Amino acid sequence: MRELAQSVVQPLAAEVDRDYRFPEEAVKAAGEAGLLGVLIPREYGGAGLDALAFAICIEELAQACASTSVIVDVHTSVGSEPILLFGTEEQKRRWLPRLASGELLGAFALTEPAAGSDAASLKMSARRNGGGYVLNGTKVFITNIGRAGLYVVFARTGEDKTAGISAFLVPSDTPGVRVGQLFKKMGLHGSPTGELVLEDAEVPSQNRLGAEGQGFTVAMRALDSGRIGISGQALGIGQAAVDESRALLAGRNRDQGDDFLLAEMVTRLESARLLAYHAAWLCGEGRPFTRQASMAKLHCTDTAMQVAVDAMQLAGEEGTISGSPFERHFRDAKALQIYEGSNQVQRIVIARQLLG
Amino acid sequence: MDFDFSEEQVAIRDTVRELVQDRVAPRAAEIDEKAEYPKDIEKLFAENGILGIPFPEQYGGISGSSVTICMAVEEIAKACATSSLILAVQALGSYPILMAGTEEQKKRLCPPLASGEKVAAYALSETGSGSDAAAMKTIANRHGNEYVLNGSKQFITGGSVAGTLVVFAQTDPAADHRGISAFVLERETSPWKAPKLEHKLGIRGSPTAELVFEDVKVPVENRLGEEGAGFKIALAVLDRSRPGIGAQALGIAEGAFDYALNYVKERHQFGQAISSFQGIQFMLADIATQIEAARHLVYRAATKVDTKAPDLTKIAAMAKLFASDMAMRVTTDCVQLLGGYGYISDYPVERMMRDAKITQIYEGTNQIQRVVIARALLK
Repeated sequence: MRELAQSVVQPLAAEVDRDYRFPEEAVKAAGEAGLLGVLIPREYGGAGLDALAFAICIEELAQACASTSVIVDVHTSVGSEPILLFGTEEQKRRWLPRLASGELLGAFALTEPAAGSDAASLKMSARRNGGGYVLNGTKVFITNIGRAGLYVVFARTGEDKTAGISAFLVPSDTPGVRVGQLFKKMGLHGSPTGELVLEDAEVPSQNRLGAEGQGFTVAMRALDSGRIGISGQALGIGQAAVDESRALLAGRNRDQGDDFLLAEMVTRLESARLLAYHAAWLCGEGRPFTRQASMAKLHCTDTAMQVAVDAMQLAGEEGTISGSPFERHFRDAKALQIYEGSNQVQRIVIARQLLG
Repeated sequence: MDFDFSEEQVAIRDTVRELVQDRVAPRAAEIDEKAEYPKDIEKLFAENGILGIPFPEQYGGISGSSVTICMAVEEIAKACATSSLILAVQALGSYPILMAGTEEQKKRLCPPLASGEKVAAYALSETGSGSDAAAMKTIANRHGNEYVLNGSKQFITGGSVAGTLVVFAQTDPAADHRGISAFVLERETSPWKAPKLEHKLGIRGSPTAELVFEDVKVPVENRLGEEGAGFKIALAVLDRSRPGIGAQALGIAEGAFDYALNYVKERHQFGQAISSFQGIQFMLADIATQIEAARHLVYRAATKVDTKAPDLTKIAAMAKLFASDMAMRVTTDCVQLLGGYGYISDYPVERMMRDAKITQIYEGTNQIQRVVIARALLK
């Protein structure tokens, strides 16, 4: 895994960032190495590994290239895992092998312009029509937009705020499905983010994931383990920044201020890593892990941002030059504090878990 | 302690504020995206006397006060950090002349800068000599009535567009930092080369240049101070310019906060404006408090520069350190307040976060500021 990340993924990282280019070769290599099916059981063509192994895979990828890691993370976690957790046997057999092999890339479409942290206020409609549903509406900030072959889409089948939401598997080649605006972002330039527009997109009933009205539960469960992946991503970015700082300091006259800063960076990162691995382990053991996953996401991503800022400080002005890994980590790290539940939402989840 | 600005200062600030809102703010996103030096903004500042703020009236300027410079830099930085550097570097490149120049030098060199006909730059850093300025390799050999400069400088803000360049070079390499002298190069008579501009995380419209000197001749009358006085001049200049970087950091933070504050009042989630949530309110309160604390330190330091207070070195370093660290935290939080929208370039706060980082690094890294502060405490 580490070898693949370092030999195939890492050499592309600077170019992918500079040119806003999808890291095709890296994703393909990840597919060939079985990384796109880490969580998918062997009977459906995956590697059948647990959440901890998944977190470590994403960490290794992110250490090499944050853009590649988020593409793989979203595919593997929120883009595929819901089928594993909530899909019928028929759905699993139909979709999981193609997701595991990388033939299809997965994506997760929950957020809308007016429904971010307040996901349950989503407006996309799913109207029953004969043997299926007709979907209408716009999703925003969709990772893997335009590259995904299958979108897990959340839409409204009823009035009730949460119980009126259902989940659907929407293939990208469904008539009425198109890519809207693509966003130009501060970082993660290799990972496309944009709008998914559905206009009278018809999906058959067998593409509904879970029961009608179960969509919000599907989304929240998907995000719980999604947060483990994002924690892994944060650890990878943080570790890369630490390693580059170490190499930098080893080659120059250091003073105590440099040493103290590096020590603090490593200590923070190690505490974040243990929090993330613990959450992943609980998840793999089938024990409750919602609070731990939120704590891990909050702490790991805040740590990645802080470590990236500190590493750049150690690198000085040279670290701010485009093409320097320091400035890339800085730009990439910020997204992690925001997506898959902003760190404000994590605090709400943690407090709610504590206070009931 | 006087917290009030003079009527004249307030008038200058209001003029700058209006000009920035009308002419600079609408250009800021494009300047960042294209990473091109905004010559039009330089011209605008020249025409409106803004480039004359660092100079007293007798040298063709309109102020010469550090407080006034900071007020103007802060106003510009609220909208566009790149544009604020045009003024901040005009001040940085002029301080050596104003502080160490003879009356003749000031009368000769300042008016074209004060009118904005030319912009100035300051060339101290080299590849092997960043925080350790005394390790510089650029050399100036005297031949009769002129010096011949050879060497290169790195990370010189505005070095490619300046008409007047203050350069520090060794005139006696054996004497270490006591062998450094300061020179004023005028582009027409002492041309230098700028072979490479850096692509950067932030302040992308501000050219950060590598400068090369190949047998550049400088007349003796363009040496500032005595031979060997250069290092002292360099440090004294940085003491005086640091409040300006503090003001820039302050402006960047305020620009991001103004935007984020409006956003949280407009953005509705869970059926209410997100500003009604206590978690958001606490972030707003912390941001506003940090900005206010930094503002006082910056203007305190600028006042000390204007009054030539004995502890100005320490307070100027504190202002730069505190304001730039504050700006980094505040802009990061402002991106957070906008959520996903904060991360995309359709909104200005991600630019402001990228712009903030450099304020922790240039004109003495924040590590150097700590060294300066500790040295002042322990001496």
